[in-house]
Amino acid sequence: MAYVSNSASVSSVMLKVLFALLPATAIYQLYFGPAILVSIVLASVTAIGAEAAMLRLRKLPIKPFLLDGSALVTAWLLALSMPPLAPWWLIVIATLFAIVVAKHLYGGLGNNLFNPAMVGYAVMLISFPAHMTQWPVVDTLAHAHLSLSGTLRFIFGGELPAGMKLDALTLATPLDTLRTQLLLGRPASEITPMPVFGYVGGKGAELIALAYLAGGVYLLQQRIITWHIPVAFLATLALLAFGFHAYDAARYAAPWFHLATGGALLGAFFIATDPVTGATTPKGKLIFGAAIGALIYLIRTWGGYPDGVAFAVLILNMCVPLIDAYTQPRVFGHVKDQDKP
Amino acid sequence: MRKLFDFHGGVHPAQHKAESATLPIATAPLPTRLIVPMHQHIGNRAKPIVSVGERVLKGQMIGQADGYISCAVHAPTSGTVSAIEMATVPHPSGLPDLCIRIEPDGEEQWVERTPLDYTTMNPSELRNRLRDLGLAGMGGAVFPSHAKLNPGRRANVPTLILNGAECEPWITCDDLLMRERADQIVAGGKIMQHMLGASEVLIGIEDNKPEAIQAMRAACAGTDFEVIVAPTKYPSGGAKQLTKILTGKEPPAGGRSTEIGVQVFNVATVYTLARAVLHGEPVISRVITVTGNVERPHNFEALIGTPVRELVALAGTPRADTQGYIMGGPMMGFNLPSDQAPLIKATNCLIATSPKLFPAPPPALPCIRCTLCAQACPVDLQPQELYWFSRAKEFGKAQEYDLFDCIECGCCDYVCPSNIPLVQYYRFAKSEIWAREREKDKADVARDRHEFRDYRIEREKKERADKLAAKTQGPKTPAPGQPAADSKQAAIQAAIDRAKLKRAGVEPKNVADLPPEKLQEIREIEARRAQLKQAMEKPSDTL
Repeated sequence: MAYVSNSASVSSVMLKVLFALLPATAIYQLYFGPAILVSIVLASVTAIGAEAAMLRLRKLPIKPFLLDGSALVTAWLLALSMPPLAPWWLIVIATLFAIVVAKHLYGGLGNNLFNPAMVGYAVMLISFPAHMTQWPVVDTLAHAHLSLSGTLRFIFGGELPAGMKLDALTLATPLDTLRTQLLLGRPASEITPMPVFGYVGGKGAELIALAYLAGGVYLLQQRIITWHIPVAFLATLALLAFGFHAYDAARYAAPWFHLATGGALLGAFFIATDPVTGATTPKGKLIFGAAIGALIYLIRTWGGYPDGVAFAVLILNMCVPLIDAYTQPRVFGHVKDQDKP
Repeated sequence: MRKLFDFHGGVHPAQHKAESATLPIATAPLPTRLIVPMHQHIGNRAKPIVSVGERVLKGQMIGQADGYISCAVHAPTSGTVSAIEMATVPHPSGLPDLCIRIEPDGEEQWVERTPLDYTTMNPSELRNRLRDLGLAGMGGAVFPSHAKLNPGRRANVPTLILNGAECEPWITCDDLLMRERADQIVAGGKIMQHMLGASEVLIGIEDNKPEAIQAMRAACAGTDFEVIVAPTKYPSGGAKQLTKILTGKEPPAGGRSTEIGVQVFNVATVYTLARAVLHGEPVISRVITVTGNVERPHNFEALIGTPVRELVALAGTPRADTQGYIMGGPMMGFNLPSDQAPLIKATNCLIATSPKLFPAPPPALPCIRCTLCAQACPVDLQPQELYWFSRAKEFGKAQEYDLFDCIECGCCDYVCPSNIPLVQYYRFAKSEIWAREREKDKADVARDRHEFRDYRIEREKKERADKLAAKTQGPKTPAPGQPAADSKQAAIQAAIDRAKLKRAGVEPKNVADLPPEKLQEIREIEARRAQLKQAMEKPSDTL
């Protein structure tokens, strides 16, 4: 047994993940208003409360587990995945479901089969589809602006300032817009110049995506994650999009659009890379990432939901034991035909 | 420039080598008493051949090698045997083992030392002499060297590697040995080259030991030995890892490196071999690093059997916050059960620990499957899976995931963010599996015995019936009921014959590489055994 250790700890890992999320959060707040901050605080408080209550019920030491920071990461990721301008109970129920059911009822830290944040998100998407598609409009396009106090009043009381309508504050997401407009028969080339779209993805949102990418690079550099899952994930998504886009550009969006919109980059660097619920072998990680990327493309293009990160991740979570079992690396010295002098 | 290869994983812990590497090797003074364990090597314990009260000379054999994988133990100095007893030895279990205690007389009177003429000696005789001189791997594994110097069925072993990597933090004894005694190491390397018939001799040293590299290069001038500088990465000093780095070949799992034509020896072993062959000196001392929480970290040449307490006192007055002593490095070493334990051939380093130098790890958290351990594993195992299986006592699964390829290097422990003592779990699983196999063997033996007992009872019954029949009906008439007994007898005999045939079909595999005289010995034993067995199984012939 080693008497020395490098200074890594679960909490330092989790803190670095939170740190990597900071730039994206800042840009989010800049472009879409302070609702996201309210949402993160709500999720975090709920997560810590639920975590402490569950640890107490399970008679586990509260302090070391609370300090590990894993609940905070779940809360933060969930808040970033959900529409922020929604009634307070939406994010609270989602967080409770993530921590209580998806995490602790499955055995707590390290034992859960499914990504808790994605379980929380999926449950809300199925249960409250209307609320889950109410995304705030990017500031530059908004006809009205909500201050922090206005945001708080709306989230907790459902009241908007006099004369302001919710429609003025929310808008369908770029992925949603693309889907509905394509269904109406308009070619992609006519849809993408619409105001909700930016240079390659959604206006504002594409900058957040860029910030996720930066955070992901930081995590790679810190060796918190390995390159396998994000690269396989994004490459597969881009490759499929490229193939279909090349086949018929009018009906299929460009690969850069798929990479820059929705949860693609958040999913690739922060969600699919969750160590507990992801594949662990190098080859397994490649398969895991690639399958998620492919599923996302399928769901976005032909499925019933505007984005597919959550479902793709959850489906692949189920396949992890199988993937791991069949992708064990070759162990040192296990060589079949090494030259024997 | 030779192409170097890399092995998967590995870690870069803080080195702490400078502390003890600045001063030259000092000779430790004679201790007040010496406790010499009989079991310092891998294999069978040496058998004491002296008695209490006997006067022994420095270098006199006091424990005789018992079997092929074993080696002799010698008196480190002249004096009187004061006890042959169970005493604390440096072993993680803390269990006592057989030791010979010697009270030194201070005269340092040597036995007669005869250098060996290795070029003309019979190779087998030379190996036996090395066993009797107590040669065993000084890098920590203490495998009897003579057994490794046997090319076996192969005509030769083409590549000989001298391991001077010394990758464990804190330890500098090989570094200092190479700096100060490079000539002797090269001389020992030549003897090994001769014994193995090696065509190339590679000396692997990590690049954090520039002075040792320079000294070894200078000593190798004019020879065909090649000093190769490997990048510093733990555990490049593992025999298999160094083989991979220098040759690109991987010693087969569960096999020997000779199968790929490579043999590896630690430089300290090579040095003791040179002393043994060229000067006739048995292994009675070694260079050891005393470091950690001591005033003057230092390397000492100390006698085997020196109590740890006396040895560490040489590095300055013990500090108040010293908690204990690690034998070996901080990655693979273990906490000594007591400072009364003696120095043995495997002791390359003693680290005095304090809470400041080696803080206790925080409580372990659940595994989060981050795979940092898998990324660090030099054997490319999946430690997180092995941990899971070991913890759940799914030992079959653990073996399927190659638990027994784990070299217990501690890289996984080192990187684990959850502070799980992974290696402890693997050791637990391994020992449980061994215990179960022993149980199974015992059960097999018990079953065999039970079957033989049934057979014997049946046989005796039949014999009694025969005697009775002969008495009542005269010798010529067959007894009634005899055919039934006969058919039963025949069935038993047939079963025994089948079992025998089956057994004969199974060739023992562990004798493949033995020298001819050993094989002859084995054949004689087998013949005697067969005779005995025949006598046992065919009792009717002897009656």
